[in-house]
Amino acid sequence: MSGSYDVLIVGVGGQGTILASNILGEACLIEGKSVRGAETHGMAQRGGSVETHIRIDGKFGPLISPGTADLIVSFDLLEALRYSHFLKEGGVIITNIETIIPTSAFQHDADVPGQEDILNLLSGRDVITVDAAALALEAGTILTQNVVMLGAAAPYLPLAVESLKEAVRRSVPPKTVDTNLKAFDLGRGAPE
Amino acid sequence: MATRYMLGNEVIAHACCEANIDFASGYPGTPSSEVIDILRTQDVRDFYVEWSVNEKVALENALAAAWTGVRSLATMKHVGLNVAADPLMTSAYTGVTGGLVILSADDPYAHSSQNEQDSRRYALFAKIPCLDPATVREAGAMMVEAFSLSEEFGLPVLFRPTTRICHSKSDVEPGEVGSDHRTGHFERNPQQYVVIPAHTRVLHKKLNEKQAPVARALVEKGVNTAVVKGTTGIIAGGIAASYVRELLPENVSFAKIGGYPIDPDWLAAFVGQHDKILVVEELSPVIEEAVRMVAAYTIIRGKMDGYLPHEGELDPASVASAMKKAGIIPLRDFPQVTPVPDIPRRPPILCAGCGHRSVFYAIKRVFKDGIFPSDIGCYTLGIQLGVVDTTICMGASITVGSGIYRSGEERDIVCTIGDSTFLHTGIQGLLNAVYNGANMTVVILDNRITAMTGHQPNPNTGVTATGVESPPVSLEAICRSCGATYVERVSSYDLTQCLEAMKAAKARKGVKVIIAYQPCVINARRAGIRRKSFTVDPDVCTGCKTCVRFGCPAIEFHDDKASINELCSGCSVCAQICPTGAIRMEGKK
Repeated sequence: MSGSYDVLIVGVGGQGTILASNILGEACLIEGKSVRGAETHGMAQRGGSVETHIRIDGKFGPLISPGTADLIVSFDLLEALRYSHFLKEGGVIITNIETIIPTSAFQHDADVPGQEDILNLLSGRDVITVDAAALALEAGTILTQNVVMLGAAAPYLPLAVESLKEAVRRSVPPKTVDTNLKAFDLGRGAPE
Repeated sequence: MATRYMLGNEVIAHACCEANIDFASGYPGTPSSEVIDILRTQDVRDFYVEWSVNEKVALENALAAAWTGVRSLATMKHVGLNVAADPLMTSAYTGVTGGLVILSADDPYAHSSQNEQDSRRYALFAKIPCLDPATVREAGAMMVEAFSLSEEFGLPVLFRPTTRICHSKSDVEPGEVGSDHRTGHFERNPQQYVVIPAHTRVLHKKLNEKQAPVARALVEKGVNTAVVKGTTGIIAGGIAASYVRELLPENVSFAKIGGYPIDPDWLAAFVGQHDKILVVEELSPVIEEAVRMVAAYTIIRGKMDGYLPHEGELDPASVASAMKKAGIIPLRDFPQVTPVPDIPRRPPILCAGCGHRSVFYAIKRVFKDGIFPSDIGCYTLGIQLGVVDTTICMGASITVGSGIYRSGEERDIVCTIGDSTFLHTGIQGLLNAVYNGANMTVVILDNRITAMTGHQPNPNTGVTATGVESPPVSLEAICRSCGATYVERVSSYDLTQCLEAMKAAKARKGVKVIIAYQPCVINARRAGIRRKSFTVDPDVCTGCKTCVRFGCPAIEFHDDKASINELCSGCSVCAQICPTGAIRMEGKK
């Protein structure tokens, strides 16, 4: 046992994985929990595949090894598949149902698995899909997809909803607090 | 102070403020850049901070500041230390009065680097102390310690975090920011600061005499620690020590190396009490070599006998596997898992509307059979467009180009180099190429910023690190004064202009320079520049895919037609390349 609850947040550079990890980190501070995180900075931001590790109650290194994540939150369905081997036996994947098709796939006529193919490849896993774009638009802006996804993940996190909401308040730009809280609540109601 | 969730580099920058830093300089490089970025954007800042034009300049500036008695910091990534190696090696001889800390951030796994070199080697080579934090929290405490250590021994101290320290986060309770600042005063002392042979021989002896006391002090100060628990032990350093701690069984001894040089007597005493020792560290086997040097009868396991890899970064699972192999049962078990195969890759790409892409397109059109040496920056991603044939280190596009030309190669040579990289170490290559009569084209990709590392200003930007206006350098004037006779400036978004300039360059002999200008699209957006987006008329689009091959992330292809998504920044280049005129500005017919 690691003693920590290990969350891998994955997506495409620019989707806001770092803000999502900041919100989880802030929620840990609110609850007085120790926390470790590892992020992707630099060139990988430019539309590349990105991963953020967060170890809630973590006291040692920040990295989560393959096969040991308690939860994967994915902002892109294809990225959920790419990182699915990080999930532990019995872990949960919460993923956006949409995929951004990699530009290189268009350029080189590469085959990209469709929604159904990906869900089939993930069929042995406990997967929850979220229509993040629709809920983010309902909240007021497409930019809140990351917070929608965190809301959807909330029931699985060892953190109180109130702590997460307070963390959202502290972490997003002041003018966007209400929209983001709405996005969080819509996300929370999303999983079937 | 309240506990905060802080990035490693933020903790390091804060620790510099706690240690009453007076002077900071650096050149951006992942994963080190945020340290200066955070220092330069402090609300209250009572120290000097600059982005220097390269690492050698940064270190020489900081060294001089330390000679005047102030506390100074020079930051860079590991390969930047190669550029600064010349002053580094002799700074150990001259020593310092005020504390000098050289931060060189290593990048195991080369997440965003050209190699996996180990800065600890440089510290040993230069004979200066090196501190190597194992956690984000420790990075803060160690940075404060580094300044005192530097002043105690009168030596520069190398501070060496790795990517997983710099870009990791932790709950941290930062200390109080200091306000005890000094003003520099240069005390003339030629025996120390003029390293003529007669002086330097004496200084070398003094440097050597400091080595044993420094090594002992690192043990006395608790930087290097050891706890004996059994007949088997693990010795680890850097972030690897954190992975070991998570997995360490109760009956296994543990020594943690946080500083170099390692005291050989202390190390020998620890090693000698064990039958078997496993050494766990990233990159080079620096600790392992020291351990093998002092081990008499103890079995040593590590990289050198294949228990751990020499390349890449470690993680809890790889450390656990090495422990098992060495007969130590780790506290956690890790399942053997494999990634789902054949998932389409998602590499980083140039942004939608990046000016570099259109310049690469023009190069490819005009110089079909050309050779394309390139350099370090976002534009290295031009490899995906087939217009980057070489990249080795900062500034090496022009020099590689002239070298290939002088080898007798007859094809056209077209180098690409960014403005910041050109100012870093590109100018000398241009000077040399012109001086020695090379025949080649140099394209300076001028986006007015050091973009890849997070948009740091440079002498081409018009502002300093702290936002003070400075006269933007004239790249044309530099190139002309190097002797280039053909120097043309074009807009990166104007394909016709780019193509014409390249055709003209191709037709001439000598060193030709084309400065392709367009502000970084991210910066332009932040500055409020908005252009109308473009759209594809599906009735006119023939599905020829010319625009798709252009590789812009705003262009998609569905049901045999191209389309443009919301990433479009309105650069218009796709409309210029579309052979059927199907791409138009939104709202236009």
